[in-house]
Amino acid sequence: MPDTGIGASVRRREDFRFITGRGRYVDDIDRPGQLHAVFVRSPVAHAKVTSIDIDAAKQAPGVVAVFVGEDMAADNVGSLPCGWVVTDRNGDPHKAPPHWPLVRGRVRYVGDHVAVVIAETLAAARDAAELVEVDYEELPVVVDLSAAGTGEQLHDEAPGNLCYDWELGDKAAVDAAFAQAAHVSKLDLVNNRLIPNAMEPRAAIGEYDPGTDNYTIYSTSQNPHLLRLILCAFVLNLPEHKVRVVAPDVGGGFGSKIYAYAEETVCTWASKRLNGKPVKWTAERTESFLSDAHGRDHVTQAELAMDDEGKFLALRVDTTANMGAYLSSFATSIPTYLYATLLAGQYATPAIYCNVKAYFTTTAPVDAYRGAGRPEATYVIERLVEVAARDLKVDPAELRRKNFIQPDQFPYQTPVALVYDIGDYEPSLDKALEMIRYGEFPQRRSQSEARGKLRGIGFSAYIEACGIAPSAVVGSLGAGVGLWESAQVRFNPTGSVSVFTGAHSHGQGHETTFAQLVSDQLGVPYEQIEIVHGDTGQIPMGMGTYGSRSLAVGGSAITKACDKIIEKGKKIAAHLMEASVDDVEFADGQFTVAGTDKSKGIGEVAFTAYVPHNYPEGVEPGLDETAFYDPLNFTYPSGVHIAEVEIDPDTGETEIVDWVAVDDFGKVLNPMIVEGQVHGGIAQGVGQALLENAVYDDSGQLVTGSYMDYTMPRADDLCEFRVGMTVSECTHNPLGVKGCGEAGAIAAPAAVMNAITDALGEEIDMPASREKVWRHAQARFKAAAE
Amino acid sequence: MYAFNYHRPDSVEAAAQALAANEEAKLLAGGMTLLPTMKQRLAMPSDLVDLSGIADLKGVRAEGDSVVVGAMTRHALVESDATVQSKIPALAKLAGGIGDPQVRNCGTIGGSIANADPAADYPAAVLGLGATVKTSKREIAADDFFTALFETALEPGELIVSVHFPVPEAAGYAKFDNPASRYAVVGVMVAKTGGGVRVAVTGAGPSVFRHGEMEQALNGSFAPEALDGIATPADNLNSDIHASAEYRAHLVGVMAKRAVAAALG
Repeated sequence: MPDTGIGASVRRREDFRFITGRGRYVDDIDRPGQLHAVFVRSPVAHAKVTSIDIDAAKQAPGVVAVFVGEDMAADNVGSLPCGWVVTDRNGDPHKAPPHWPLVRGRVRYVGDHVAVVIAETLAAARDAAELVEVDYEELPVVVDLSAAGTGEQLHDEAPGNLCYDWELGDKAAVDAAFAQAAHVSKLDLVNNRLIPNAMEPRAAIGEYDPGTDNYTIYSTSQNPHLLRLILCAFVLNLPEHKVRVVAPDVGGGFGSKIYAYAEETVCTWASKRLNGKPVKWTAERTESFLSDAHGRDHVTQAELAMDDEGKFLALRVDTTANMGAYLSSFATSIPTYLYATLLAGQYATPAIYCNVKAYFTTTAPVDAYRGAGRPEATYVIERLVEVAARDLKVDPAELRRKNFIQPDQFPYQTPVALVYDIGDYEPSLDKALEMIRYGEFPQRRSQSEARGKLRGIGFSAYIEACGIAPSAVVGSLGAGVGLWESAQVRFNPTGSVSVFTGAHSHGQGHETTFAQLVSDQLGVPYEQIEIVHGDTGQIPMGMGTYGSRSLAVGGSAITKACDKIIEKGKKIAAHLMEASVDDVEFADGQFTVAGTDKSKGIGEVAFTAYVPHNYPEGVEPGLDETAFYDPLNFTYPSGVHIAEVEIDPDTGETEIVDWVAVDDFGKVLNPMIVEGQVHGGIAQGVGQALLENAVYDDSGQLVTGSYMDYTMPRADDLCEFRVGMTVSECTHNPLGVKGCGEAGAIAAPAAVMNAITDALGEEIDMPASREKVWRHAQARFKAAAE
Repeated sequence: MYAFNYHRPDSVEAAAQALAANEEAKLLAGGMTLLPTMKQRLAMPSDLVDLSGIADLKGVRAEGDSVVVGAMTRHALVESDATVQSKIPALAKLAGGIGDPQVRNCGTIGGSIANADPAADYPAAVLGLGATVKTSKREIAADDFFTALFETALEPGELIVSVHFPVPEAAGYAKFDNPASRYAVVGVMVAKTGGGVRVAVTGAGPSVFRHGEMEQALNGSFAPEALDGIATPADNLNSDIHASAEYRAHLVGVMAKRAVAAALG
């Protein structure tokens, strides 16, 4: 195997420019004559805007324009849409109130966009923004999710602030199973709100060219074509062919850069208003906290019915989800089709019912964040299974094992819509138990106790549906787009290859892994393959990167394009070798004629295609193929994570002392990058479990609006992660791959919390802050002493 | 950030003059609090007098039974300085636990104690070790220096020149940090000195304070167990999303014991 092919831990080629400061991010781009935008944001959570006085700001030095919502209304600028229609229990579509890029008469969260000041320098724009005088007539805020239904109504379209009341599953079957159950275990839980905190804040430049009537938008987007589609078709009413979106180097997204936001919309619109002056905006970190779409924020009651042997009979889940003040681009789908559909987990639970009520509140919009619905589902199941094991006083590993879907049950139709194509759960459990030395845990616990510490062990047997997604399936569920992916593989005349992918890398390492893939498939040296992404002016229409889809969907599209290249290459090679096409075989970059020693390298074939002096009749010149791939199903990565924690009862500090992660991602392309994805995901999951929490106070102010108060996980909060793999290859994509980007974030919170609650002997919610853990640990120690 | 005039004097006298000449002038002594505040437009000094060009304010030296730390000495230097490490290792440890490497290589002791942030580490060292603060005008005993939340005994136009730490018989510092900011939720410096034991608590209250009951107990027996049963009242302690007053009160006891244990090595 070459050291750059499939299965090789090739170092990321993009890292050289990233770690030497040579990356080129949106904020690094400066356009001639560029102006700077600063947004005037609402300082209050909910108010009528009775007047906006922009006169002083307009007259300030360097100011070119000040715009408010009415200016955009006059140009018929539309509302930022939500692209997934969720149909509620009564058959009605979700409530979709307008989400204007600049508010029209009312603000609904702290950070809402009231006006934009555009000036020749950033400093001038900032100075002038302070001169915009806004009168707010404050309204009651809605911060407490559990009371959202009875709070002040945010939108005329949504009585009781209810966005939808949705259900999935057979309620009657679940009720019947509960009626017969020998045991019922229950858990109420909170899935805490998180703020994404991509390393690079969002940024945008809108640039209109009056000469050609074309627009160029530079944006920190995870999906440039999707952003173009939304802005053109729904918001700015522009023809797509006149708009180019460039998402260059992008420093992390975790979902938060999927969406169409107010800022890039305003910059683009304003550039036209200002006769083509480019308008640039870069978020300050404070703006990221306030206005990036947040994640999670559920309140859930869950019950598990079991027979007298601990077999799961039914699961009943009731969830309240926070949408925030407006619907972000895909907000509605997260607590429904990406959440409730995953509630079977790894278990053959015959009946599942889930009811989800989604509410508007006076907080930042909530949308997909690494894992997007699937971490919330895993958290419900895996916490509840742990509670069940404690209730039944059985080993939590064995309770899981007893209820796993068995290998001979695949493809497995869950009671919540999905069909798992393949999985094999026991090997992951066994390997994880062996790696953590589960049998010796009691001794480790005793040793900890001897040192005055409480030790706990926690399991998380997660599943995710990724490789999003089969277009017809998501379309039938309300998605407004297809979720295929595209690729174009272009041989250059001298034998190097340019690959244009619709997937977008913002930290994933596609420039390396996709080159490995193409090198493997075409037999071209890794170094001679360039991956191009992130520019609608260069790549075929593509759907971008989220939902752990890039390799499973985008990689499959690349494979299909490579197949087309080989197919055409065979015709050219057959001609050059004077053989029948049917006799030509291809392997390792060589076309050969079966049963002879004739061969032609793919480089020579490519050259011939561009210099077709001796060429087969009826074959087009060139070697440049495009393919689209629409997956047949989701892929279903799974695995078992086990965390061990040690709690200091004097202070409530939780130390993660050991972690094993055994994941089944199907075939693995670059083990080092996969391991890195697992590490990063676990770190974010540990962050949610121990540290991260977006807190709004009673007046709707974001208390955790900076790194002084919002706690990101750091290296010294973590331990060495020990990563193992098992493999069951995906059955329906050409590569047998599944997806690894979100697994750690999905698995980790339940593992941490199960370990902490194991140590404490009682259930607590995330985040397991030191004070919260201390109070429970004190109670436990006092109880033990008495 | 609003516009301001920038000065970089090369002597204490010139700095004091520049400070006195402008009512809205501020000293820049590392800027770890001032600069972020200015960037957020929460402070708008007319003039910044940067003290980093004054050689006399930098460095550590032994002077009799004291260790003298210049006001503009960076935390990283105090952490790694051989004199501090040999004579008052608890002070080196405290300096090494402030913020992060960037902060430790920019922030200074003078800047920290002049700001008198209730959650800063250095005030615990100054008060706990019974230091003397030498200014451009006078000498101020630690017990008189920190007066209230973000308030010190410094007068307008007065700037800190150095901090004189008497070498203790033993000292230890224990800190329970804010998980986000890494400031002290509670930090306790315990020092056994010629004049008796001193216990200074930072982070817990509006300003660093001495813990008389603990000092008394430790004067009787300098051991962690001597602190058993001493409860710190939660009244008037700080409370925020990271720690309630009650939790802080509890942590004062835990950190004090750990500080004593550290002092005993």
